[in-house]
Amino acid sequence: MGPESLEERQKAAVEEVLKAYPEKAAKNRAKHLGVGGPEDESQKTCGNVRSNKKTVPGVMSQRGCAYAGSKGVVWGPVKDMVHISHGPIGCGQYSRAGRRNYYIGTTGVDTFVTMNFSSDFQEKDIVFGGDKKLTKCLEEIDALFPLNNGITVQSECPIGLIGDDINATSKQYAKQTGQTIVPVNCEGFRGVSQSLGHHIANDTVRDYVFDGAPKVLGESIEPTEYDVAIIGDYNIGGDAWSSRILLEEMGLRVVAQWSGDATLKEMAQTTKVKLNLLHCYRSMNYISRHMEKEYGIPWIEYNFFGPTQTIKSLRKIAAFFDEGVQAKCEEVIAKYQPMVDAVTNKYRPRLEGKQVMLFVGGLRPRHVIGAYEDLGMEVIGTGYEFAHDDDYKRTKDEIFRSTVIYDDVNEYELEAFVKKLQPDLVASGIKEKYVFQKMGLPYRQMHSWDYSGPYHGYDGFAIFAKDMDLAINSPVWGHSKAPWESEGEA
Amino acid sequence: MAQLRQIAFYGKGGIGKSTTSQNTLASMAHYFDKNILIVGCDPKADSTRLILHEKAQNTILQLAAEMGTVEDLELEDACKPGAGIFSPDTSGGWINCTESGGPEPGVGCAGRGVITAINFLEEEGAYEEEGLDFVSYDVLGDVVCGGFAMPIREGKAQEIYIVMSGEMMAMYAANNISKGILKYANTGGVRLAGLICNARMTDREYDLAWALARELGTQMIHFVPRNNIVQHAELRRMTVVEYSPSSDQAQEYKELARKIIANDMKIIPTPLEMDDLEDLLMEFGLEEEVLEEEIGKSAEL
Repeated sequence: MGPESLEERQKAAVEEVLKAYPEKAAKNRAKHLGVGGPEDESQKTCGNVRSNKKTVPGVMSQRGCAYAGSKGVVWGPVKDMVHISHGPIGCGQYSRAGRRNYYIGTTGVDTFVTMNFSSDFQEKDIVFGGDKKLTKCLEEIDALFPLNNGITVQSECPIGLIGDDINATSKQYAKQTGQTIVPVNCEGFRGVSQSLGHHIANDTVRDYVFDGAPKVLGESIEPTEYDVAIIGDYNIGGDAWSSRILLEEMGLRVVAQWSGDATLKEMAQTTKVKLNLLHCYRSMNYISRHMEKEYGIPWIEYNFFGPTQTIKSLRKIAAFFDEGVQAKCEEVIAKYQPMVDAVTNKYRPRLEGKQVMLFVGGLRPRHVIGAYEDLGMEVIGTGYEFAHDDDYKRTKDEIFRSTVIYDDVNEYELEAFVKKLQPDLVASGIKEKYVFQKMGLPYRQMHSWDYSGPYHGYDGFAIFAKDMDLAINSPVWGHSKAPWESEGEA
Repeated sequence: MAQLRQIAFYGKGGIGKSTTSQNTLASMAHYFDKNILIVGCDPKADSTRLILHEKAQNTILQLAAEMGTVEDLELEDACKPGAGIFSPDTSGGWINCTESGGPEPGVGCAGRGVITAINFLEEEGAYEEEGLDFVSYDVLGDVVCGGFAMPIREGKAQEIYIVMSGEMMAMYAANNISKGILKYANTGGVRLAGLICNARMTDREYDLAWALARELGTQMIHFVPRNNIVQHAELRRMTVVEYSPSSDQAQEYKELARKIIANDMKIIPTPLEMDDLEDLLMEFGLEEEVLEEEIGKSAEL
């Protein structure tokens, strides 16, 4: 490593990476790459990067599609509803159960999250249209799974191309049965990433869960002064569960989880809560804003990754309620402090000073930074798959030092940045994992926690710390070398 | 065996494509001993009824839907020999008939249907039939999407005949279709082979059709006069050649058939810009000069 500062190395890396491109692509990508810092001056974003734009053709993007945003993220985890992947079989099968949205229930009886329901389009359905087949699917689902509390129809690309009217089919069937049937026009070719799918799905929640007044089973809740809803927690590996216990210990009542382990009923009753707690801003800010406008429910963002951010967030939430809650909040913080100390004492010495590069989606490129820093680790690069300007703006508040910011980074760029900045850990998605492991680099998959988790809350932090230690300090890395370590050797 | 020629008939909806193409192909078979496969590419499935003496043939897509998938379908089920003089059992050329079919109006994707049907015919060897001289595609209205351009892609129809008349919209359509041909001309080798004027007996129709043909760089290969005998034959689900071989109209179709068989003028069209086309129509009185300030003004003001 030369004498130059981290920031200088990062800026040089950005310049170097852009050199490989033809002029037009370089001009485009230059706007998506930058170096940001806590004192960043760029007004609207971080590192002055541009975001939410079309991916450069010819590069391998890590982005998903609108269908992924709706079926995979927002609607998919709602456990008591059946979600039909409407179209050819691939989209449904390859997205099946991949996100580890934990839930309680008997799969196939009253809950359906890990199952794949597909209308399995054939050539004849494309040519003659699939509306009749959709009606048949709805009827079959009701016959085979009578305890479902509703059905969503998640459009794959061909539905939009051939112009099938899923809205009319759903409406007619809903009228016949009195059920909640939600048509979602989330064809994959719409928009530049999965982000539009989140928005479309949020809008259908508004139209069919709130305005549609679903037939809610059982008694509805008696509202209390302490009702809150967790919004934008998909319960990956149990994240929402390790979050809600803290809120409950503080004296709050968690009425609904959106949408990890969620039921249609609890979503419908969210309009009665006092405060919405928003974790993943990107995927559910739309419905939070709607509830604020329509039902007067305020919302605040919070972060339950790592003790520093968790404590900050607990106090921020408690401040919204009375002194009783605030006192209990301090008790909760005090109660878990010995656990935090034990975890930090054990792992910090093993992880201190290790550098990390992140590339994920949603909220994690900023929210997990604090958890790494709590362990003495340094995040030196981060970026989002499908963020907008407001995500980058929020990132500024969560970074600790000069950080490379790469929006919609592609496989070439990420690999090049890693080679230039030589971090000790890469933490990114499923597609990138083996590239870096084969390079001999420790890697953690931060989309669904690499079969681990939860990572939220105090319990989650202990698991997170252990996982990062396992990745970095595993003896297996002693048997392989990163490319830059073997340079000059035979 | 002479080389297989693949031709296609395009033109504005309602211009008489199916009638003209069937009468012409009937003449090619009957008078010139040509063996022909008709591929109807229109969900209406009316491209073969005069040859088969039927209301409508069972279509490839309809049969495939009944069987489950197109892979289950056999060529014999979807490809029918012509009736009467067009049967392989009679002397002279024969005509085999297929229809792609497609969805009812307003649902599904008819364009994908055309692609599916043509792929099926190719894979099942419909074009490799012993003695086959011509494959003829009859395509609906306009080249509205990729599916309806399928017949002019590489390895498919090489000669396009545009059926038109001296009416304004038919001229627009002919020009639009030429644009479609131009798009595929360089990649696939498709060529415009001529305009067939299916006369409506409008003023100066013959001259106008020739004028447009010259602008496009092609020929008006034949001017088919209007004759009620065509409709009389159609009522009996027959072509004129079969209904009344001695009629003048049968001679017209015979002449058109002869010209198509002998045709060696196949060009890449030079479609007109909108302004030029309007100038042409104005020259022949189909459009009138309008003062700039009158555009968009009600007549009652």
